[in-house]
Amino acid sequence: MSGLRRGSVCLGLCLVAALTANAQTDAPSRRSGYHDMGKPLQAMQDDDMANPGMLWVGEGANLWNQRFAAADKSCADCHGAVQSMSGVAARYPAFTAGSDQPVTLEQRINLCRTQNQRADRLADGSRELMALTAVVAHQSRNQPIAPPDDPRLRPFIAAGEALYRLRQGQLNLSCAQCHDDNAGRKLAGVTIPQAHPTGYPIYRLEWQSLGSLKRRLRNCLVGMRAEPYAPDAPEYVQLELFLMDRARGLKLETPGVRP
Amino acid sequence: MGNAVHAEDGLRPYRIVGDAIPAPLTGEAGDPERGRAIVANRRVGMCLRCHSGPFPQERFQGTLAPPLTGAGSRWTEKQLRLRIVDAAQLNRDTIMPPYYRTDGLERVAKGFAGKPILSAEQIEDVVAFLATLKDQ
Ligand code: HEC
Ligand code: HEC
Ligand code: HEC
Repeated sequence: MSGLRRGSVCLGLCLVAALTANAQTDAPSRRSGYHDMGKPLQAMQDDDMANPGMLWVGEGANLWNQRFAAADKSCADCHGAVQSMSGVAARYPAFTAGSDQPVTLEQRINLCRTQNQRADRLADGSRELMALTAVVAHQSRNQPIAPPDDPRLRPFIAAGEALYRLRQGQLNLSCAQCHDDNAGRKLAGVTIPQAHPTGYPIYRLEWQSLGSLKRRLRNCLVGMRAEPYAPDAPEYVQLELFLMDRARGLKLETPGVRP
Repeated sequence: MGNAVHAEDGLRPYRIVGDAIPAPLTGEAGDPERGRAIVANRRVGMCLRCHSGPFPQERFQGTLAPPLTGAGSRWTEKQLRLRIVDAAQLNRDTIMPPYYRTDGLERVAKGFAGKPILSAEQIEDVVAFLATLKDQ
């Protein structure tokens, strides 16, 4: 009996020690979720003919050249070939002219839609917005994530980190407890990735569609039985800023494939 | 840890003695068969998200926590009860969710707010089932 007691106390203390040790060693080997997938899914992502996300990239390339009635301007009329977007996705979210908040790549594209093309704002997660985001981000494939060294971003990154470490929901879990402390272990048979936003927008088999990082974060919040943030909430941008900063140097894969 | 009575709105009060809750939350023993179904159910007990156990038909089990096999040999029913009710009482940093607690939680989704993960009856069923998991 007393042996069992002591066991339980040690279990508690040892776990605390392990968690603190984890917090101190600064993520020894960072790896994209790509490496946590089976070979068949990796092969699907690697082969442009098999990667379903390339359909959206193709659609995005068409939209890039499409003119809109009001301004009669296509993205290409102002920006030239879509290849001019090389490196852009690697440094978003960022501050942009006319906004006092950092914006995501999707939000930046929508600013061009409404202000420069004088077209309607594309709905969150809509096929057109995903396609345009995919073709723009695809131009940075294989480039290292490189958040801008902009001091104005620091409070937003810090806010994102606080959210990442907050225990929330009915299950009382934080993002960090899964993605830092237990990455590589199995949650109901699924390997927990380190949560680096390397592939977005991703084609997720479970969605049978291309989707944004925001959508992926909502999935995790629902899994924790936490209230998802409102669709336009700044929390998603803060989390994205923190995750991009944390993934600095890892290569973009857009369009990523994930289970 | 001491000897404290825990009482929360809408939940049955219980007394912690040492590292255990000596009395069933419902005043009576649970049903191990029902407990087995709760533990195996991905949405109800969710235990196999983190643990593995003697459930050959369940292909996807977790590796975030010790296997449940043998839990009934390692712990008494009273100790198991506190571990399910609120494992954080034993280890503040545990990832094991508090199955019978509603206070001190942040941003709980609307559909689950104010409710414990399991009812008092379900907790007793789970405890009764775990007690049957003896080392071979
Ligand atoms: C009328 C000209 C115009 C059109 C049309 C236009 N843009 Fe822009 N776009 C700009 C300007 C100007 C900027 C730079 C914004 C600034 O910093 O002031 C910009 C910035 C951007 C950026 C951010 C680039 C960076 O380096 O940070 C992206 C991405 C972008 N546009 C995508 C698009 C897409 C996609 C379309 C078509 C849906 C589009 N733009 C249509 C003028 C235009
Ligand atoms: C209970 C553990 C758990 C918690 C808590 C959790 N996640 Fe996840 N998360 C997962 C699992 C498992 C996956 C992979 C799912 C899959 O591939 O089917 C995942 C996937 C992700 C991905 C996708 C990574 C990729 O390679 O594309 C990101 C990003 C992410 N989570 C961020 C978060 C954030 C931010 C939070 C907190 C708001 C969070 N997660 C909370 C388990 C968790
Ligand atoms: C989110 C992950 C998670 C879930 C879900 C979970 N547990 Fe646990 N459980 C743990 C961890 C981690 C431990 C190790 C001790 C600690 O951290 O407190 C543990 C410890 C235990 C122990 C003591 C283990 C031993 O024998 O030493 C028992 C018994 C237990 N859990 C039963 C359950 C039951 C029954 C359920 C479902 C009703 C459940 N757990 C759900 C993570 C979880």
